[in-house]
This record gives sequence, structure tokens and C-alpha cells, in this order.
Amino acid sequence: MTEMLKILFAVIILFGALLSLLSAIGIIRLPDVYTRNHAVSKSATLGVLSILLGTFLYFWVIEGYMNARVILGFVFLFLTSPVAGHLISRAAYNSKVPLWEKSTQDDLKNKARSTKGKVSQ
Amino acid sequence: MFEILLNIALLCLSVSTIAYLYRVIKGPSIPDKVIALDAIGVNLVGITAIISVILRSNSFLEVILLIAIVAFVGTVAFSKFLEKGVVIEHDRDA
Repeated sequence: MTEMLKILFAVIILFGALLSLLSAIGIIRLPDVYTRNHAVSKSATLGVLSILLGTFLYFWVIEGYMNARVILGFVFLFLTSPVAGHLISRAAYNSKVPLWEKSTQDDLKNKARSTKGKVSQ
Repeated sequence: MFEILLNIALLCLSVSTIAYLYRVIKGPSIPDKVIALDAIGVNLVGITAIISVILRSNSFLEVILLIAIVAFVGTVAFSKFLEKGVVIEHDRDA
């Protein structure tokens, strides 16, 4: 039973590592900075959350040691990683990093131009 | 079996860190490099977790939270620098 649970937790950890590998393929293959950010900020976050969940369950169930800091790291990564992705993507747009040349629509372009005088800061 | 699965997971994380490193070196714009560095930080969290499972030691679990916080603060500082040119602004009436 314990051995089966250990295998189960290792499979959870392996699932997270495979998701991280998938996001690495995304960051190599995708064409511009926004699509790369899309790949990394979702897939790498879910991957590392899965790894942390497997680690927490391993230490709790197998070793009998409940560590709240792993759960805290879980919640912190879940909250901050999308925020970091949003911030760096907005900084990329505002510093005029070009979109992929085959992208068809840029809704933010006209809006940013028309409200430029009104927004202070 | 358990150790083999964990070692495969560690190998996957290492390969993906190398892919991010390729993007850090080659990335055409600065935000590409910052995104890849942030993802390397997130990967380091996972590597620390897997290594602490492999070593059956609970001494490294604090490092997880620490790396996550430092990576977030670094990314926020970089994106604010890219957007406004400064990290900490001067007070207007100081």
C-alpha cells in the first residue's frame, strides 16, 4: 500500500515535470514574445504546482511530516506567477516589442493611442 | 521504481531549464529573456522539491518559498524598469 502510494506521488511529480518540458518546447517553438509568455506562464506554473503537491503529499503520507511551508509556496506561486506574466507582457507591449507578423488583430493599439493624453503618470 | 520516476522527472526539468537558457541567450527582445529567467526560477523550485524527495530530507522545503518570492520580486522589478525606466520612483513633493 505504501509502495503504491509512493508510485502515485512519483507519477504526480512526473506529470508536473512533463508539463514543464511542454512549456520548454513552447518557448523554443512559438513565434513572438506574447505567445511564449502564454506558454510559459500557464504550463510551467501548473507543472511546478503539481510537483509541489506531490512533494507535500509524499512528506505528509509517507514520512508523516506535514510542512505548511510547501502549501504556502504552492499558494504563493499560484497567486504570483500569472501576475508576473501579466506585468512582463504589459511591459513588452509598452516598450513596443512587435507582435507576430501573422497576427491579425491588435485591439489595444487604437485604445492606447486614444487615451494617451488622459492618463496621467 | 519510485527513484526511477523521480530521476526521469529531474531529467525533464533539466532539459526544460536548458531550453529556457537557450531563450535567455538568444531571445530577440529583453522581455523574452526576463520571461525565460522567471521560468528558470520556477523550474528551480521544482528541482529543489524533487531533490528533497530524493534525499528524503525536509531541510530544503524553506528554500522553495524563498526562491518563489525572490523570482517574483525580480520579475516585477525588471518589468517596472522596462516600462518606466526606473525601479523606484522619486516622490514628487519630497
